[in-house]
Amino acid sequence: MDIAWFKKIRKPKQPVENRRMQVPEGLWVKCNSCKEIIYKKEVLRNSNVCPKCNYHFRISARERLAALFDEGRYQEVDTDIYSIDPLRFRDVKPYKDRLREYRERTGLNDAVINARGTMGGFQVTLSVMEYGFMGGSMGSAVGEKVTRAVERSLDERIPLVVISCSGGARMQEGALSLMQMAKIAAALGKLHEAGIPYISVLTDPTAGGVTASYAMLGDLNIAEPKALIGFAGPRVIEQTIREKLPEGFQRSEFLLEHGMLDFIVERREMREILIKCLKFLVNTEALAASAPAAGSSTAAAGSSGGAVQDSEASGQMARSREPLPFPTSIVARKQAQPPEIR
Amino acid sequence: MAVEDDDFERPLRDLEKKIEELSGVPGGDDRADEIARLVRRLETMRQEIYARLSPWQRALVARHPKRPYTLDYIQFLFSDFVEIHGDRKYSDDPAIVAGLATYKGTPVAVIGHQKGRDTREKVRRNFGMPRPEGYRKAMRVMDLAEKFQRPLFTFVDTPGAYPGKGAEERGQAEAIAISLRTMARLSIPIVVTVTGEGGSGGALAIAIGDRVLMLENSIYSVISPEGCAAILWSDQGKAKEAARAMRITAPDLKELEIVDEIIPEPPGGAQADPARQASILDEVLMAQLEEIRSLPSSDRLEMRYQKFRRMGKFGQAKFF
Repeated sequence: MDIAWFKKIRKPKQPVENRRMQVPEGLWVKCNSCKEIIYKKEVLRNSNVCPKCNYHFRISARERLAALFDEGRYQEVDTDIYSIDPLRFRDVKPYKDRLREYRERTGLNDAVINARGTMGGFQVTLSVMEYGFMGGSMGSAVGEKVTRAVERSLDERIPLVVISCSGGARMQEGALSLMQMAKIAAALGKLHEAGIPYISVLTDPTAGGVTASYAMLGDLNIAEPKALIGFAGPRVIEQTIREKLPEGFQRSEFLLEHGMLDFIVERREMREILIKCLKFLVNTEALAASAPAAGSSTAAAGSSGGAVQDSEASGQMARSREPLPFPTSIVARKQAQPPEIR
Repeated sequence: MAVEDDDFERPLRDLEKKIEELSGVPGGDDRADEIARLVRRLETMRQEIYARLSPWQRALVARHPKRPYTLDYIQFLFSDFVEIHGDRKYSDDPAIVAGLATYKGTPVAVIGHQKGRDTREKVRRNFGMPRPEGYRKAMRVMDLAEKFQRPLFTFVDTPGAYPGKGAEERGQAEAIAISLRTMARLSIPIVVTVTGEGGSGGALAIAIGDRVLMLENSIYSVISPEGCAAILWSDQGKAKEAARAMRITAPDLKELEIVDEIIPEPPGGAQADPARQASILDEVLMAQLEEIRSLPSSDRLEMRYQKFRRMGKFGQAKFF
């Protein structure tokens, strides 16, 4: 039930350097939804959204990061975590070969990027999933990184935003990938108890073990229009109930109607709306009142690649227009390369 | 092993039939000797076959229609069971049973997946595949256990959460997610036992505990072998390969540090002697509960957190 969407990848993904190319190449593009032929520049100007039918083209994790942080500036963290092949898994192709291919194709170590920076002046931790890396599937590396993002928010008492885009758990890591659901949910339990805000953004697609753990655990669960969101994949459901699913089943609008989402937000308004929500969620006084005596230090602190140790623990939640104390995204883009897998 | 056979119990059945035939015919002492010899051979053969089951064969044992289910274990292990129904929001879900019980004099809460025996019951129990209501009912019982500070036992045996239309509409994913978070933060002692099929998120939703145990022939996996084969091999027939590749057996999970202890099964599996299985399980449950119950709840909670925190295998390179 987990990563059936793999099979739907229509063409090989472009390298990250040309990441705008996720919209099909050429001067004109055909919308996946309304099938209209549109001038590509018009789509790009429109945040990769079809101007005719409002279809949201899939965009890369880095594009999202750039679009959400203040002035597009952020610092990537936990870049040193990468997937290994713990089960020596082999289907029609060895898992480690797949990993190598996706690393080359995306320039990423795995299917999620962790970053920190400010949004509307609020310090935030952001975890953004990359569908281009094995369908955004969640293995041990993704689980570890998302958990570190949660723990960073917990340690520094700053809000967490996770942008999900995933077919679900990564079968090639067997039950280890399943356990990432438990690991992340447990960390989010701590965050929840600590009263630290968490906004979950669900994008097309969010499925399986990702939906059934962190994607549905936000203080706010919000989605982009027409995103496929569910636990079981549509094909599995159709096979089980032996009937065709209605149009729009498991799309954002369907979930909203059934009370499973707080609201749907268009991509070009995403940043603005997130900031509006943070104004409500970040209550400095309440947080100061509930703050533990000394830092609630967890495993993530200290071990994270290039995490910035911020001195004013209590002042972090306050809005500030101060320049960031860390280098910009350009520096952080230099990825740590994992050694060759044996 | 020569051929990985789905019907690996056939030699046993053949021999049983032979013994039965011999017993039906009148005869002297040598006939009785012959029967006794065959019975001994049957036992040896059973042990041999069960000692070298392939992962796929283990999956078949885990799904054996005669395998004891949660209500059977409840009958063997607990007294004063009072079943609780419904999620107080929408409906009851017979694929999960939950309630209050007594374990060796201690009031406890019990939650487990429940499959049916005959066709009618199977359908009523939805083959042990819960809908969101089932998980929400389970969470009600978890809340009761937390409120009144009673230990919790869960029994895991499901092909998975039900992939149906209504289940999706009513938030299958949300129900599982909240259950995971809830169990991770309960202050009470929790002992989880995978008794049959540990099918993906639908199993995990009630499987977060201080101790996670697995019966020898149970399985635990991220997707069914058939599902995995259909996606990665584009061929459901490759389920045997998928079962092996995904490492779904109890020894595998122990090695991957996902489960704490493997509970031995009697020769021929749990279904061959449910009473014996229950008493083996009983001893382990008692010892495990004793261990975790003696810890201060804050320590126990942090240990549970760290237990799951450590799960997963990844690489870490330092390049900065």
